[in-house]
Amino acid sequence: MNWLSVLDRKLLRELAHLRGQVLAIALVVAGGIAVCVMSLVNYASLSETRSHYYRQHGFADVFVDLTRAPHHLLAQVRELPGVAKAELRVQSSLRLQLDGFADPVSGRVLSLPDQGEPSLHRLFLRAGRLPDARRSDEVVVIGSFAEAHDLKPGDSLGAIINGRWQSLRIVGVAESPEFIYVIPPGSMLPDYHRYAILWMSERALAAATDMQGAFNNVLLSLQPGAVEEALIDQLDVLFRRYGSTGAYGRDDHASDRFLSEELAQLRTMALLFPAIFMSVAVFLINVVVGRLVSTQRDVIAVLKAFGYSNLQVSVHFGKLVSLIMLLGIVLGVAGGVALAHALSGIYIEYFRFPSLLFSVPLAQTILVAVVGLLAGLAGAYGALRRAFRLSPAAAMGPEPPPLYRRARLERLLGVIRFSQPGRMILRSIERRPLRSLMSVLGVAMATAIIVLGTFQFSAINLIVHSQFARVQQEDMTVTLVNPRTASVAYELASIDGVRAVETSLAVAVRLRSGHRSWRVGLMGLQSDAQLSLRVDTNLERIALPEKGVLLTEFLLEELQVRPGDALTVEWLDGSGEHSEVTVAGGSKEFVGVGAWMSLPELQRLRGRGAQINQLQLAVDPQMRSSVLAALQQRPMVAGVSERQAMLTAFNETIGRSFLTYTFFIALLGGVIAFGVIYNTVRISLAERGRELASLRVLGYRPAEVDHILLGELALLLLPGIPLGWLIGQQLAWLLVRLMESELYRIPLIFTAQTLGLAATVVILSAILSGMVAVRRVAKLDLIEVLKTRE
Amino acid sequence: MAEIVFQTHGLTKVYGDGELAVHALRGVDMQLYAGEMVVLLGASGSGKSTLLNILGGLDNATSGTVRYGDIELSQASERQLTRYRRHHVGFVFQFYNLIASLTALENVAVATEISAHPMDPEDALALVDLGSRGHHFPAELSGGEQQRVAIARAIAKRPAVLLCDEPTGALDSKTGVRVLQALAKVNQELGTATVIITHNAGIAAMADRVITLSDGRISEVRHNEGRVDPAGLSW
Repeated sequence: MNWLSVLDRKLLRELAHLRGQVLAIALVVAGGIAVCVMSLVNYASLSETRSHYYRQHGFADVFVDLTRAPHHLLAQVRELPGVAKAELRVQSSLRLQLDGFADPVSGRVLSLPDQGEPSLHRLFLRAGRLPDARRSDEVVVIGSFAEAHDLKPGDSLGAIINGRWQSLRIVGVAESPEFIYVIPPGSMLPDYHRYAILWMSERALAAATDMQGAFNNVLLSLQPGAVEEALIDQLDVLFRRYGSTGAYGRDDHASDRFLSEELAQLRTMALLFPAIFMSVAVFLINVVVGRLVSTQRDVIAVLKAFGYSNLQVSVHFGKLVSLIMLLGIVLGVAGGVALAHALSGIYIEYFRFPSLLFSVPLAQTILVAVVGLLAGLAGAYGALRRAFRLSPAAAMGPEPPPLYRRARLERLLGVIRFSQPGRMILRSIERRPLRSLMSVLGVAMATAIIVLGTFQFSAINLIVHSQFARVQQEDMTVTLVNPRTASVAYELASIDGVRAVETSLAVAVRLRSGHRSWRVGLMGLQSDAQLSLRVDTNLERIALPEKGVLLTEFLLEELQVRPGDALTVEWLDGSGEHSEVTVAGGSKEFVGVGAWMSLPELQRLRGRGAQINQLQLAVDPQMRSSVLAALQQRPMVAGVSERQAMLTAFNETIGRSFLTYTFFIALLGGVIAFGVIYNTVRISLAERGRELASLRVLGYRPAEVDHILLGELALLLLPGIPLGWLIGQQLAWLLVRLMESELYRIPLIFTAQTLGLAATVVILSAILSGMVAVRRVAKLDLIEVLKTRE
Repeated sequence: MAEIVFQTHGLTKVYGDGELAVHALRGVDMQLYAGEMVVLLGASGSGKSTLLNILGGLDNATSGTVRYGDIELSQASERQLTRYRRHHVGFVFQFYNLIASLTALENVAVATEISAHPMDPEDALALVDLGSRGHHFPAELSGGEQQRVAIARAIAKRPAVLLCDEPTGALDSKTGVRVLQALAKVNQELGTATVIITHNAGIAAMADRVITLSDGRISEVRHNEGRVDPAGLSW
């Protein structure tokens, strides 16, 4: 150890001596760093993976869906300014039949060039090969669906494309950059079992859909520097008479959009949580270093008397703090990377990437570490400054007994006769109001973090309850291939097991207010609907307005409109027509974004007669399979979705990733709680050692002495926990605001369980810390403490 | 003959073992009688503090017996020792060890609150001539005053024996004399058997008996003809 200076050796011994507290602080620091690193790594990994995937597999910048256009337009498309690559495709919806799986399966089938690979949206083949254009039955299926049903190249599928039944043979399993987040149209949630994406050769698909020599989907990539809006405008002009529903960019591409939302949320988390954790860590550092410095005032004095400068002494203590922080940082970075790794397992199921590039952003991680280190040193600074104000002579003398006063609280509570230990507790809390306040705040922050982490459990419950029990009361939603008159309801009502049928019309529109716009499905519902209804925040039914459109509140904000304002509705059915509608009100929904009108009003607005294209069914649960079978047999049925399946999908995807994340947060909150309370107890034990020993000598039993330490702890917990509840609610409010997305809005509800859980975790930490204190009191060396000068 | 309060037989205390063993006491036989004032003299390392700690139930002997009334301290459990300290013995230390957050009066009350037949804390303070300073906090008292509060705290439970470890060690001569006067007064008025340990031979004259320890053994026991009033002492 000779290569270490004497001061360094002192430092190492002190670290070893303080190991309990050192570890507790390091854990809090580690908690903050870990959340930060976890979010940074996830963010970096996802965005890195996404951009790599997009680059390698040619994800388009602009997309157009249309009814039908002749192939020779390709030359014109390529000549549009700013276009780098263009790909024309045929696409169609389809229904699938799988042996041994009775549920309805819908999907989309897309064309691949007859020869070679497409220039955009090239597939990533997990298994097998691309279809051979000479074989009309060969398809590639998407990995999510293949995994859900354990499909492999060589397996067969029954499909209804364009109303015709066809037998298909799987030759490959693939992923595509346009289906990273695989969701059925109009839905917000993936359903890997009931929604499939297939690819066929263009020749085969065109034959199946009567699209020879034509296309109905265009993909374009932009030249560097090209303006997307300008190109979109030109595409809309070019394709207007071919039934274009309007060209759109990546912003409106469902898969890319949800991925971007996820990334934005990760960024929010990477900022918010570490800020909370670090502030608690800085507080702890301040208290612990302050204590350390005050016990070392004579050492500091001797060092200064020998000619060490303030700077040298500062460096010495700075090293101590740095070592503690470094321990926390190393633990935090390692923990954060490990947590990120654990979460990436969920992401890879949730987002269909070929593989996740695990990327640790070095520069940002180092930045986080440096910020953590500086925060720790800042915490130590105050304590050192107090020590330097003393002259060496004064510091070498014994510290004068601290001056106490009668606690104001005692006078306030004059009626109560306090025991002497009771007085000791009150006065020591009152003598250092700032530190007591900080301890209360520490407890409060720990409580708050747990509230923040766990309120989302009950929030998810409320989402599920409101969305799947109140809003959607139908058991099945049937989508028709083509719009029909409402008489189709009688046909479906005649199926055995169908208890009730309601009709609705869903139309793809772009709502526009000034320069703000949003693509959404506009739903016309029967005003007397019992199965699909709108509810407000309190889950009370909202009557559909006779006139005007009802929007999700989220959409009201996005479009910056209020009830009474006018909106332009652009019909995305290729007609290029638009209408005006008045905003009638807002509906509070937690999942998804939508717009609703009364059915006759929508039919009148659209001007296509009394047509409907969706039916909501209430079904006898016993008859579910036979109802599904009966629906499958009807060619007019494009797809059937079930409420139960959506609920399962929600729980499996959003619910799961969300809860995993919040579980980690709650866990870290527990670590903070322990760090704060353990340190508070240890410091109080260190400062009180002498007094507690005196009491033991006077004949106080260990339990009576414990009472003083634990009583003080209880007094800190008493205001700390409720304060933490309040702070937690404020932080939750902030979090909810920052994380609001079209996918879901987290309701701000705090149940007794949430608050109780936070309190329980904190109290358990306190009991654990208290047990340490009790053990220490029992082992107090009375002679040692009393015979030495403080 | 006065009643015996303490009686020790062959008391030894060894710290550590093997070659590093330190023999602090090497067989001490002594008695302490009710109401007497004993000064335990000895150089530092002679074992006097170890003896005091064992008598006070703060430490256990390695071998031998210590009897207090009918309690055998060498066999006592931690719980019994706590009860013994609580009801029968008072301590005064060199560094006072008052509780900074409690006033003088409350420091005394700390002891009286848990004992069976205590004095009124105010009376205890009056006995050490601090009746008027009861509401001051330790930080507002001089060293001598703090030590007298410590004496009041030690005797307020009416212990049979008062053990003082270098009670004047941190004080100047003049202040120290006042502390000793307080001890002498307590001894006379309450009849508390008092053991004062010191390396200061000048104090010995105030005692009934002076026991000198050297190298863990009693080397001399001397009876004073008459006790000198501490006012006449100086060092």
